[in-house]
Amino acid sequence: MAWSLRLSALAPKACIRWFKAIIWLGALVPVLRLIYLGVSDGLGANPVEFIERSTGTWALVFLLLSLSITPLRQLTQQAWLIAVRRLLGLWMFAYACLHVTSYLWLDYQFDWADIAKDIIKHPYVLVGAAALLLTLPLAATSNQCAIRMLKQRWKSLHKLVYVIAVLALLHFWWLVKKDVTEPVIYSLVFALLIVLRWPLFSKK
Amino acid sequence: MLLDNNRRNPSGILPSEITPQALFEQRRTVLKAAGAAAASLLLPAQAYAAQTLDFQKSAYGKEEKLTSFEDVTSYNNYYEFGTGKEDPAREAVLFKPTPWTIKIEGAVKQSKTISIEQLMKLAPLEERIYRMRCVEGWSMVIPWVGLPLKSLIDWAQPTGNAKYIEFISYNDPRHMPGARIPVLDWPYIEGLRMDEAMQPLTILAVGLYGKVLPNQNGAPVRLVVPWKYGFKGAKAISTIRFVEQMPHTSWMKAGAREYGFYANVNPLVDHPRWTQSSEKRIGAGLFAGRIKTRMFNGYDEVGQLYAGMDLQKNF
Repeated sequence: MAWSLRLSALAPKACIRWFKAIIWLGALVPVLRLIYLGVSDGLGANPVEFIERSTGTWALVFLLLSLSITPLRQLTQQAWLIAVRRLLGLWMFAYACLHVTSYLWLDYQFDWADIAKDIIKHPYVLVGAAALLLTLPLAATSNQCAIRMLKQRWKSLHKLVYVIAVLALLHFWWLVKKDVTEPVIYSLVFALLIVLRWPLFSKK
Repeated sequence: MLLDNNRRNPSGILPSEITPQALFEQRRTVLKAAGAAAASLLLPAQAYAAQTLDFQKSAYGKEEKLTSFEDVTSYNNYYEFGTGKEDPAREAVLFKPTPWTIKIEGAVKQSKTISIEQLMKLAPLEERIYRMRCVEGWSMVIPWVGLPLKSLIDWAQPTGNAKYIEFISYNDPRHMPGARIPVLDWPYIEGLRMDEAMQPLTILAVGLYGKVLPNQNGAPVRLVVPWKYGFKGAKAISTIRFVEQMPHTSWMKAGAREYGFYANVNPLVDHPRWTQSSEKRIGAGLFAGRIKTRMFNGYDEVGQLYAGMDLQKNF
């Protein structure tokens, strides 16, 4: 309560600036931590797996954070929140790129024949690759210019984020061997974010 | 009365409620004694883990670069202690691998038990440096200390009905946090065909790096079958049963499409999740890439065990 009161007391522009600063700081922590652990030999027995897991998890976290903006706006009545969504989406893209780079480079040393085999033979890699490909048009059209040019089509295009989320979650489900605790948690959060959107749709 | 008392004694504590000094001090001794008792409970496990073993070197794996003791003992799949790779090293600290007896039952002349001390005297202990390939696509090189499984089989005197051996791991949900979660059908069951079990490469490991087996690696005794995926190596074996039918192992029950009974390392049989044609060597570093996985993990001498079998079907 007190928090939202104080927020509304600030000018939206100041809120946006603060929020963006917090997101930047928060988003840099995981990657800086990986670099620190990498140089201090702290990535454990299987450093490649550590990096793949960590970057993949953070990509998923930023994806869910970007999806939480709409319900959060509804709940808090803070319209300016929309202004930080793009930053969250772009950090999702950044971590997804780090994730794929660690897979292609650290894991497979750009051995394209083996990578092709891995993608074709293993469903979890295939859906992961599909999810990444779908993020490319979204990242490319995340600028003001594209929004203006595409108009209504921009909105439809960016609905792809839901498909990406489902593919990313499938990627996680199919990758775990037996203990599904983590994919269950992330799927529940995603389900909650979807459910929170229903009244919004009916308002339109 | 109470009011009056409170006025003189701002803490509100009646003198009668104050514990006499003698009793107070006695309580400390009791606590100390309890602490000492707790410490002595921990001691045998620590003393056990510190034991170095008497063993002979063997020619196996002399050319291999060993995976560090730290990696071998901190990156483990041992679901009874949790599904995370770091869980077993942390959760198995209080596990007591001594005293330990293994039940020998099923198709044997006579059911009997053998203590870990007796077991270690069945044959001279040998160091065997083996490659270990995990089904998840990583591998290590581990200097095990153990004895051929064959020496236990000879001692057990199986009857003609013994076609397979079933290994049942110790399972105690009170002391094994992972065993409280039905992530696998507990207890952990593994199995070998009789000829696989008699193969000279197959050992019961009681140690690694010259010392007794750390808890997270399957103390006090585990199976090591170097040409098969790591999950075949049942840990903390409590029962060995000689049977006529192929055992239904825990991983077969968890996913028959993914985990077969034989589970021979085979780069040509792919797993629905992991690439089996190459592997990451633990400890090789961030930029080392992958190495090609070899048929039977490079232990070609076992090939004759499977002569005429379709290894694509019998994976």
